[in-house]
Amino acid sequence: MADQTLSAPLPALAGATPGRARQVWRRFRRRPAAVAGLALVAGFLALAVIGPLVTADPAAQDYSAPLAPPSGGHLLGTDDLGRDLLARIAYGARVSLEAGVLSVLLAMVVGVPIGLVAGYYRRFLDPVVMRLVDVVLAFPFLIFAVGMAAILGPSLRNVIIALGVSQLPGIIRVTRGEVLTLRELDYVAAAVADGAGDGRIMFRYVLPGATSTLIVQATVGIPTAIIGEATLSFLGLGVQPPTPSWGVVLTDAQQFLDQAPWLAIWPGVMIALSTLGFNLLGDGLRDALDPRSVR
Amino acid sequence: MNAPVLEVKDLVKHYPIRRGGRSVRAVDGVSLSVGPGEVLGLVGESGSGKSTIGRCVLRLTEPTAGSVSLGGRDVTHLSRRALRPLRRDVHMVFQDPYSSLNPRFTVGQIVAEPLRRHGVARGAEAETRVREMLERVGLSADMRTRRPHELSGGQRQRVGLARALVLEPKLVVADEPVSALDVSVQASVLNLIADLQRDMGFSCLFITHDLSVVEFLADRIAVMYLGRIVETGPTEKIFAEPQHPYTQALLSAAPEPDPVRQRERRRVVLGGEVPSPLDPPTGCRFHTRCPIAVDTCRTDEPRLTGVREADRPVACHLVTPSAVPDLTEGN
Repeated sequence: MADQTLSAPLPALAGATPGRARQVWRRFRRRPAAVAGLALVAGFLALAVIGPLVTADPAAQDYSAPLAPPSGGHLLGTDDLGRDLLARIAYGARVSLEAGVLSVLLAMVVGVPIGLVAGYYRRFLDPVVMRLVDVVLAFPFLIFAVGMAAILGPSLRNVIIALGVSQLPGIIRVTRGEVLTLRELDYVAAAVADGAGDGRIMFRYVLPGATSTLIVQATVGIPTAIIGEATLSFLGLGVQPPTPSWGVVLTDAQQFLDQAPWLAIWPGVMIALSTLGFNLLGDGLRDALDPRSVR
Repeated sequence: MNAPVLEVKDLVKHYPIRRGGRSVRAVDGVSLSVGPGEVLGLVGESGSGKSTIGRCVLRLTEPTAGSVSLGGRDVTHLSRRALRPLRRDVHMVFQDPYSSLNPRFTVGQIVAEPLRRHGVARGAEAETRVREMLERVGLSADMRTRRPHELSGGQRQRVGLARALVLEPKLVVADEPVSALDVSVQASVLNLIADLQRDMGFSCLFITHDLSVVEFLADRIAVMYLGRIVETGPTEKIFAEPQHPYTQALLSAAPEPDPVRQRERRRVVLGGEVPSPLDPPTGCRFHTRCPIAVDTCRTDEPRLTGVREADRPVACHLVTPSAVPDLTEGN
């Protein structure tokens, strides 16, 4: 009853119904896998933010203990230069997540509108945009990213740009594919028949239908970008030493695999778990955001 | 004379096929008109082009040739912008109650969209109109906070109806509005459409493949076959005395409620399939399946003219002022 009196002056026409966020959260919470994914991602974010504040200096070298196994002094051991692995991984989380999240964000911000417009103006824009996308897709993702990074020069910012641009064709394709399906639906026809403008149809009728797919695409893209960042850094095109990222730590560890396997295990576990976390989170969000899902 | 609310003249819609330079001739020269407050039932098999006509009327599909006039105004070549104010008077009800409502909108938003778009009502006033409209289509006003997926097929179709009627349009194009519903729900939705039509007085182009549906709803009927109208006229006359062999076959396929008469009745079973609209037969398009076709039917295309009565044109060579073919009597 109280709810009704509150909403009376602002009728249900105003946009999203009140409590929509709560509804999504309720559906999300019922999925253990989704909650686990959220916990993992939250954990990594916390590690990235707080980790470097509480651990040792990731660049400080302990000359007395190079390649030391895990111990009280160095919880995860040290690398060949005697640097604390825990500190490097904590600091690396910051770099890796930044590269992963920001590059996908960049690709989405640029790619989704392009895909939307291309799919919607199928006759005029679509052929042009799609041929350009094909040109980029002709290069494997990493090759293209390596090329871009080589042109731009090594720095974290340029890694993000290179990975973002490399993900662009995928995002454009997926968006456009969704738009092509959605624009044929009767409710879009109803809006056209009603005289709705192109902008409103695209953003209120077509794009919302694509969000769940795009969220999944983004969460798949983040781990890809994290691995991409590792590769670029390994090639010397990414983050510059001594700044650690998971990729840098992992590739450093390669040559000491038989003497100090923990050096490779921990960054590997980090990459694997963050990938898993983002994927679970994405699946959970997709289900929770879909208004058709029961409960 | 009142100007017809909808007039379609020589409408043609061809869909080009990528290879071979051929095209699917979905609609091939159709003329029809719907007067004020009139319900025209457009009947035909799937693939006969009836839905394409509906989509052309609303300019959801651009016709290849011919013209569409709304209230005496030719809208065939109007720009989308110029068309916008006219859209207030024409709305559509779709077949599929699942894809015709935006799943992300509430029922209230869906029904309020036309009001908002045409600047008719906003805020509390729109809310009142939405409540009224929902009640008129037999839904509770409380439904407006629900989303489409929470409703049944029949309820969704009522929402679609409310959306189409909230602006009190002059013309409603109903494209198989009950075909996707359970039979038990069909009747109640049809009754609702009939009641609303009587109360609100809108004209209606009612597209269906089911003759029994239009018998009770339509003032006039137009029967389509392969992109052409083969027979048209007042509903009672078509049902009492169908002239075109195709209409006769369609009517004989509809079940008769009286079992005694059903058993006595002679059914006309058409052989073969509907020919491809890619390559329609020469002459009369129906001749490949018509049990009484003669040579003329294979070469000359019959014109749709009022052979026996001016108000019920038929396109068949065998219908003459003195004789009407009858498939149900010994063949």
